[in-house]
Amino acid sequence: MNSRHDILIVGAGPAGMAAAIELRRLGFAPLVVDEQSAPGGQIWRDVERPRPDALRNALGPDYAAGAEVAGQFRASGVDYRPGTRMWHIEPGLRVFLSQAGKAFVAEPKALLLATGAQERPAPIPGWTLPGVLTVGAAQILMKGSGQIPERPVWIAGSGPLPILYMRQLVAAGGQVAGYLDTTPRGAALRALPHLRSALRGWADLRKGLAWMRALKAGGLHIEKHVTDLVATGTERLEALSYRTADGKAHRVEAEVLLLHEGVVPSIHGTLSVDCAHVWDEAQAALRPALDDWGMTSVEGLYVAGDGAGIAGVRAALARGRLAAQGIAARLGREAGAAEVAGARAELRAASASRGFLDAVFPAPGSSVEIPDDTIVCRCEELTAGEIRAAARIHRGGPNQVKAVTRCGMGPCQGRQCGYTVNRILASAYGQSQADVGFFRIRPPLKPVTLQELAALDEGREAP
Amino acid sequence: MTTPDVLIIGGGLHGLSAALHLARGGATVSLLERRFVGRHASGASAAGVRTLGRNPLELPLSMGAMQMWHSISDLVGDDCGFVAQGQLRVYETDTQADRELARVAALRAAGHENEVMIDQQTLRGLVPGINDKFIGACYAPTDGAADPHRTLVAFRAAAQQAGVQLHEGSGVSALSRDGSRWTIDSEAGRFSAASVINASGAWGARVASLVGEEIPMAAKASMMMVTERIEAMIRPVVSIVGRSLSFKQSSQGTLVLGGGIQGRYDLDREETTLDFRALAAGASAACELMPAVRGLRINRCWSGLEGKTPDLLPVIGPSTVAAGLYHVFGFSGHGFQLVPAAGAAVAEMVATGRPPATLSPFSAARFTTRDVAA
Repeated sequence: MNSRHDILIVGAGPAGMAAAIELRRLGFAPLVVDEQSAPGGQIWRDVERPRPDALRNALGPDYAAGAEVAGQFRASGVDYRPGTRMWHIEPGLRVFLSQAGKAFVAEPKALLLATGAQERPAPIPGWTLPGVLTVGAAQILMKGSGQIPERPVWIAGSGPLPILYMRQLVAAGGQVAGYLDTTPRGAALRALPHLRSALRGWADLRKGLAWMRALKAGGLHIEKHVTDLVATGTERLEALSYRTADGKAHRVEAEVLLLHEGVVPSIHGTLSVDCAHVWDEAQAALRPALDDWGMTSVEGLYVAGDGAGIAGVRAALARGRLAAQGIAARLGREAGAAEVAGARAELRAASASRGFLDAVFPAPGSSVEIPDDTIVCRCEELTAGEIRAAARIHRGGPNQVKAVTRCGMGPCQGRQCGYTVNRILASAYGQSQADVGFFRIRPPLKPVTLQELAALDEGREAP
Repeated sequence: MTTPDVLIIGGGLHGLSAALHLARGGATVSLLERRFVGRHASGASAAGVRTLGRNPLELPLSMGAMQMWHSISDLVGDDCGFVAQGQLRVYETDTQADRELARVAALRAAGHENEVMIDQQTLRGLVPGINDKFIGACYAPTDGAADPHRTLVAFRAAAQQAGVQLHEGSGVSALSRDGSRWTIDSEAGRFSAASVINASGAWGARVASLVGEEIPMAAKASMMMVTERIEAMIRPVVSIVGRSLSFKQSSQGTLVLGGGIQGRYDLDREETTLDFRALAAGASAACELMPAVRGLRINRCWSGLEGKTPDLLPVIGPSTVAAGLYHVFGFSGHGFQLVPAAGAAVAEMVATGRPPATLSPFSAARFTTRDVAA
């Protein structure tokens, strides 16, 4: 059952698929594993599924383009195992995986993590009430099962994704009750220096602006520079309160609230094997330090796609190809200079508007105080006030605060609270978020059952 | 320069406990911790409060500790999550049963009544769902387990309330004797103290070597697994004769599995690495013990870095080469239960200059003496 492949790719989103296609073209036989049942990742989730024209049109041409890449991926003849989780990486690139309840081990010469991004947690008072979701989760429901909320939804946050989702939702027949834009005042001004570079990515920007214009023309209710957002309700979400730029307090009834404060690279895998990471100030997140081919500080371990730093689907495809070319060279087969140059040029073009987007949609920094009664760690139900109280006594950083509060010890492995704790501690200690750092990662990266793990013991001599 | 009576190197539970007892006895105490309180073994402990199956040489100290655990809030103002749920060691063959029976009989002859033998029916009553293959157990009904992090928080708070000056992020770089006092250089500055306590855990032998004392010591990185939360299913802490497994349910409802399965460690980098192939044996033993747990998801695994001596007994006693230096480290994976009593004994030793009788098996001199005899 153990894999004998020289190359293991984890993730069959844009980056993983592009890498697999390129490696097949170069004559390699990688193994591609992915948690989902079909290729596409989050951005192209369920892209192969046949669906009604109305929904296909609503999801738009950028989504539909994923079907072609998925087709090439399937046709490449790659060994692809869907429904497979990677749950641990040991030094020396020994990778532990599970498929259909059976654990197995791979010991590749090159490992490519194309595990994408996750939404940055957006904690507000009441965000754990039923009826409050993230924009990303709502979009997954739309792509996956074609679910459109029956009632008008409130959307709150900042970033390109809410705008895209609202456009898709309205096109699919859903309704937006209102968009509470939490982007702070002045962000647009701070983005201006990035505009020259961004104009090279003009097509992307124009698309976003056109969506926003169309939404406004359709009568979308928008509030700018919203602060102090609170979700309230007894059993489930009943109302929202917030403050608008003019300082006025508002209260509205609400059944569904979708939150979003940007996306951050998935770093649990690279953190768990002590790859060097850098703090990306513009994105207020960690990303692995990578060479020109996407290789981390750990020999043979590569990262491509949004896991390498948020840059979007076009950049993910280019990074996937570059990582494949780097892996090929490492295993003794050079890709052609023209192919490499092409991938690099594509990556540059795809990244042109990123600085502008990062500045237009800044991540909430440590200066924005999270109210004391806000749940921070959903697994252990700990509030911002409890984390602050612990931080007053325990000055040793996230791992010490985790030990004394249990924050981040639950099944999500700190994915839901890591950056929030980072923000709170940065403020409490008077340090930068970069200096505060992140939780130490305790494997498994994904839950694995005792039985699955025990199966790895079979075949050993009894003690 | 700071001039406490006693300076303690190491902010694990043993350092904190010694600090607490010394400060309560009237000494001025500073404690230096290189990282943060409970960073290594203390924070990674399974927190078993166990007399069951202990080396008889440890029992006098351990029995005293057990009494202290049963009223631990009198000492530190919090119950540390301690529950006397009992500890069991189960066996599956008649040969094992005979060996355990003889061991418990010897204990009783020596006056220790902490363990009893129980038959299969009693065992099944205590652990519903246990695999039929286990035919009996040794049982220590007043043993139990605590919450390691609550224990750390409680000992820390009690020590600070007693006046202990705690310096985290303050490693020691040099240790020298000037007349009747020690000079200690650290990241928190220079200290001068009449006595120094080396409570440096896995790094205890390295601190001893700062004064030229050689203590043979290795390290261990015992691994732990914790599962998702489930409804209450098991009360006692269970281990298996001849296997590396301890199995208990925490007050949060998670199953906590340990038992000394070893990961890898690096003392210089102060890090451990898990070995999932070894953990697989632990998972396998857990599934064998309680087949109902097979489908439970493992949430988190970790290991802590701990000192290990050649005879698996701690080093607690005066330095063999330098006056005014005392050791308390090398607990070899079973030091948690001893925390309250070891701290009291160390405080007594520092105050009187002589180790109490309970500490006699743990003298650092035992290694040099044995070497000479060999």
